[in-house]
Amino acid sequence: MSEKTIYLEMNNIKKSFGDLQVLKDISLSVHEGEVLSIIGPSGSGKSTLLRIATMLETMDGGSIKYMGEEAVYVENGSLHYAKPQNLREIKKNFGLVFQNFNLFPHMSVMKNLTDAPIHVQKRNKDEVLSEAKELLRKMGLSDKEDYYPSQLSGGQQQRVAIARALALKPNVLFFDEPTSALDPELTGEVLKVIKRLAEENMTMVIVTHEMSFARNISDRIIFMDKGVIAIEGNPEEVFNSDNPRMQEFLGKLKHE
Amino acid sequence: MSFVTMLEQISSGMLKTILIFILTLIFSLPLGWIIAFGRMSKNKIISGITGFFISVLRGTPLMLQLVVVFYGPYFLFKWSIGNWRFPAIIVGFSINYAAYFAEIYRSGISAIPVGQYEAAHILGYNKLQTFFKIILPQVIRIILPAVTNEVITLVKDTSLAFTLSYMEMFTITKQIASAQTTFMPFAIAGLFYYIFNLLISFVMRKLEKKLNYY
Ligand SMILES: Nc1ncnc2c1ncn2[C@@H]1O[C@H](COP(=O)(O)OP(=O)(O)OP(=O)(O)O)[C@@H](O)[C@H]1O
Ligand SMILES: [Mg+2]
Repeated sequence: MSEKTIYLEMNNIKKSFGDLQVLKDISLSVHEGEVLSIIGPSGSGKSTLLRIATMLETMDGGSIKYMGEEAVYVENGSLHYAKPQNLREIKKNFGLVFQNFNLFPHMSVMKNLTDAPIHVQKRNKDEVLSEAKELLRKMGLSDKEDYYPSQLSGGQQQRVAIARALALKPNVLFFDEPTSALDPELTGEVLKVIKRLAEENMTMVIVTHEMSFARNISDRIIFMDKGVIAIEGNPEEVFNSDNPRMQEFLGKLKHE
Repeated sequence: MSFVTMLEQISSGMLKTILIFILTLIFSLPLGWIIAFGRMSKNKIISGITGFFISVLRGTPLMLQLVVVFYGPYFLFKWSIGNWRFPAIIVGFSINYAAYFAEIYRSGISAIPVGQYEAAHILGYNKLQTFFKIILPQVIRIILPAVTNEVITLVKDTSLAFTLSYMEMFTITKQIASAQTTFMPFAIAGLFYYIFNLLISFVMRKLEKKLNYY
């Protein structure tokens, strides 16, 4: 693993909301082709960490690098971003799949996938269209090109959202609880798609409450608790850990 | 006065009514956006001033606002207001309606989930693209019924131009009616307002249907 390129590096991330310290000095890195899952109790700061990594949220301390390039850091208590045109390039490195999809309701499935590649990345239209068709085929949604999001099931919408993120060819794809807005019978189809991406060596950071899924597809797992990384390791190490908080967390899940 | 003459005179007023209506929409619909953005500004001073401005425009009679706009320049600066009558009507109507549209736009924008902005941001859309490609199309669909209501009210409100003795349809109608002591002009004018609004409802319903594709 160590000889592989580091795609994302987060160092000493700190974040508070008012008096509530949500992240207390978190550091992590993600390597090329790696699947990293983040698990932990509700309120432990998992979403906040993803939102900071994707720059939807600011931080109070620390630094973030993508592909070795500094994207944002805090110095003397103030936030510094890379130069605008550099930052724009840096942001192309990642995509994010939201818990509640956030598809654009007024655009067809095809338009949801192709609008940003064509109008933001200014790529060749025919090329983008044919790639989008291929992505939809992989997601099992070839017949849904002209549908609007409201005409799809939650599982289908989430697969469209994954395809939309992939259409921009990110190096790292983040997921924030991609299945927790779905009925149990729709969860499987989305997890299958993510598993397939893992097999294709897509680099992914996945916040999830699906323990057996995390155990199954992750190269590495981080267990977060009260704003710190309580355990980090391969799935066996983390799940067999005798950390009392981890045991409590797993016990609670079993009883749910 | 023959029926035909009466009809001719009322029709000439009708054209002026339609002119007030169209010009008011042309100015107030875009101006409403500017006011809405002022109201939503992060700058407390700008949003405060805009909020006050909106509440005054919505909290005082349009008739009074028309009078103020028309006579204001004379009382304040002793300007001659001879040619100001028609422009004053358009300015008065436009500002008043812009204030109402601004509140409608603002409620439409606040109905868009924050996730739409976040998704657009992650996908790399800049601020202008996000507004015009992602937010605005959704806002328009949300606000269309409320805008339709205002537009219908405007058709009827054009008659308030009589306050400034402008020869639009209602002013003319009243004059004919009192000179000829007949009720007929009111019936004709009423019919016109009614048909005009039926037409507008029809067009707006078509538009709503068209926007209801998702
Ligand atoms: N914008 C915000 N303003 C104030 N507090 C916030 C904000 N966002 C998150 N928090 C708080 O920060 C803490 C961590 O929230 P976060 O969403 O990161 O947890 P999480 O680990 O993702 O939990 P869950 O598993 O429930 O999604 C919570 O106590 C939450 O209430
Ligand atoms: Mg969360």
